[in-house]
Amino acid sequence: MSESEPAPLLSVDRVTKRFPGVTALKDVCLSLQPGEVLALIGENGAGKSTLMKILAGVQLPDEGTIRVAGNSVTLDSVHTSQSQGIALIHQELNLSGNLDVGANIFLGREPRRFGLIDKDTIRKKSRALLKRLGLNVDPDTLVDHLPIGQQQLVEIARALSVDARVLIMDEPTSSLSQHETERLMQVVKELRCDGVSVIYISHRLREVMELADRVTVFRDGENAGELTREEMTHDSMVQLMVGRDVSQFYSRQPHPPGDVALEVSAITSPLDPGQRLSFQVRQGEIVGVSGLVGAGRSEMLEVVFGVRPTLQGHVKVGGRQLRLRSPVDAVEAGLALVPEDRKKQGVILELAVRTNIGLAGLRRHRRLGAFLNEAQEKADSAAMVKKLRIKTPGDLQTVQFLSGGNQQKVVLGKWLAMEPTVLLLDEPTRGIDIGAKHEIYTLMDQLAAAGMAILFVSSEMEEIIGMSDRVIVMHEGRITGELPREQLTEQSVMQLATGG
Amino acid sequence: MKKNLGILAVIAVVFIVTAIGGDGFLSAFNLYNLVERISLYAIIGIGVSFVIVTGGIDLSIGSFIGLCAVTFPFLVIGHNVSLTTGLLLLLTMSVCAGLFHGLLVTKLDLQPFVVTLCTLMMYRGVARHLVSDSTMGYSDERFQPLSLMVGRLSELPWFEGQAWARHVPVALLIMIVIGVLAAVFLNRTIYGRDLMALGRNREAAHLSGINTTKMIILAYVLCSVTSGFGALLFALDVVSVQPSTFGSFYELYAIAAAVLGGCSLRGGEGSIFGVILGAALMRLLMNSIQMLGVSDALEEFVIGFVILLGVIIDVIVKRVVAKRRARQQATVAAGAE
Repeated sequence: MSESEPAPLLSVDRVTKRFPGVTALKDVCLSLQPGEVLALIGENGAGKSTLMKILAGVQLPDEGTIRVAGNSVTLDSVHTSQSQGIALIHQELNLSGNLDVGANIFLGREPRRFGLIDKDTIRKKSRALLKRLGLNVDPDTLVDHLPIGQQQLVEIARALSVDARVLIMDEPTSSLSQHETERLMQVVKELRCDGVSVIYISHRLREVMELADRVTVFRDGENAGELTREEMTHDSMVQLMVGRDVSQFYSRQPHPPGDVALEVSAITSPLDPGQRLSFQVRQGEIVGVSGLVGAGRSEMLEVVFGVRPTLQGHVKVGGRQLRLRSPVDAVEAGLALVPEDRKKQGVILELAVRTNIGLAGLRRHRRLGAFLNEAQEKADSAAMVKKLRIKTPGDLQTVQFLSGGNQQKVVLGKWLAMEPTVLLLDEPTRGIDIGAKHEIYTLMDQLAAAGMAILFVSSEMEEIIGMSDRVIVMHEGRITGELPREQLTEQSVMQLATGG
Repeated sequence: MKKNLGILAVIAVVFIVTAIGGDGFLSAFNLYNLVERISLYAIIGIGVSFVIVTGGIDLSIGSFIGLCAVTFPFLVIGHNVSLTTGLLLLLTMSVCAGLFHGLLVTKLDLQPFVVTLCTLMMYRGVARHLVSDSTMGYSDERFQPLSLMVGRLSELPWFEGQAWARHVPVALLIMIVIGVLAAVFLNRTIYGRDLMALGRNREAAHLSGINTTKMIILAYVLCSVTSGFGALLFALDVVSVQPSTFGSFYELYAIAAAVLGGCSLRGGEGSIFGVILGAALMRLLMNSIQMLGVSDALEEFVIGFVILLGVIIDVIVKRVVAKRRARQQATVAAGAE
């Protein structure tokens, strides 16, 4: 930093944070000037969320210092962080839907008169804040009755009500429509003019290019580089995020696909009963499913896997129509699902690697009708640890002590041991490091080459574009379009994802 | 096995202290009774541990024991039902109770605590109403063939005339057989593995293709069937059954035995051997209190206190181990950089 630059409003100096089995942040630095919009980008698992939690006072760093306006601070609680003027807006909004807008804005800091909540002041102040954000709703409206985009603005109003000088926005547009997104970007620009600094975390590089004064890139918990407004291009950003040539990182080499492996015909959309969903996946094909958060992608996979009932329409695997009453039927038919939330749905953390891998095959390999086949389980586990290069001291280690990437490989191992014909992946690389990501991409390519049909949901645009032979795009519970590999661009996908 | 070393040590200490300080503790009569009581409580403890492993609870065991103990003589003596038919009806009743609990817990997604709290009261009411609150007896000679189960081992044909068998209750043998079956079920069959997995993480188990609904219902059925059988043993042992009190609090003793033996009420954890040791410690403590001349009034306090202490020590040990492990991992991670 040169002498002439003003002192940063917020600076993060060599911060390190370790969790059991993984170093989430290593000596990361970041600085933010007053009235600056800094974009923080990086692949899933790069450490962005961890740093944001540290800044919001949710977690304490193991090493390093944080300065606000030049003074070293210890952000040991959300309250401390707020009193330093730092406010975090989570990707999943933290609003109480059963309370009205005004109550949410002043939650925990209600102005009082004679010891009782002063509703009039709340209304008056809320109105002023909402007006500043261009949101024309009554403060008495229940938050549940507002669309997501407006709820987001209520969150921002709450942050402004505590006089936030630093506003951290974590993926603010991941569930917003095109129009709502534009409105939000306008608000961010206006806040900048008012001297509020913003840390803007996003996967949408187009938004980043439009908004950011500067970009800081994280990769695997470290600073990967920084770009000024002039240096910002799509390619320069992706290059820094993945740390190598993009065409090598996403190792997909499409082959001509085989027969139809999975056929979904006119099933009722779980989010919108008026809509029907139909699509096919062929052997050897990798089909991506894109869309905004809440577009109904995971729910669609859940219908195919028998978690949710198939209300109408049907699912065929290898030409045979299935009766899907539960995942038990789906597994029998040769389907496999790697679910979205690894720790809650994928692995059983307290059980050993071997037990987790053996879980799906218990029934298939049972002996004398009821007994465990421990030899088979041991063999499957050993084969998968080797094939997927699961880093573990041994397969009797409990899964909770493995890194995110290795936990995900355990989930994959559980299913690959079953030799499925159709593999459903829901956000398969969320929260795992670059190395493991690359391995999973390579594996997907190999499995497809061997004839497996792969359907994968992802919120990461780069991954969707890099790995898919074809992309199905969803918006508010329906399929808005399908794009072949040649037509895949961030624009074309976003166009369909925000309603076409 | 390693997990059970702690409780084994406590049992040994209590045993030695009581043997030194208590008059008549080591008498053949006292030890025989102690072992028989331990066996009966261990049996119902094993039953409830199936449910606890799934992360559920069954509070109705005590009053269900009361209901079964009343119903059996009501059928056999009161309505001249044959012993075999009576036993079959008892089994049917147990299966139905378990199905009822399991279906409500899975299909309607009710909390096990609420379901079995309600049935706890219902069963007691039915038991009292059925026989108009009158005491039921098991001294009738029609029960003679069954009484062997609470007799001495030497009364069985295989052990006839062997001196040592006179000092061993048949209940111990029954408990061992049930224990071995339960342990094999839990540790060696796919069903046991299903229960362990879904107790830890029901959603992940479900998404791995395990029929979690069926398995949870099975756990409640096994628990009720074991309680129904336990009811018969308890009733045959004490001979006279009061509908309003028989079996009261047994569910708590069973749950306490399971918890002492290492079952976590959060589910997914538990060993049958541990449950047996838990039952043993509890009955041993009760016996010690009598033998050492501690006031009877303090009995419940001592047992409650010891269980609480055991659970606290267990948690502290686990935390220390986890911390040490995290520190090791951190140094490994730091070293790798």
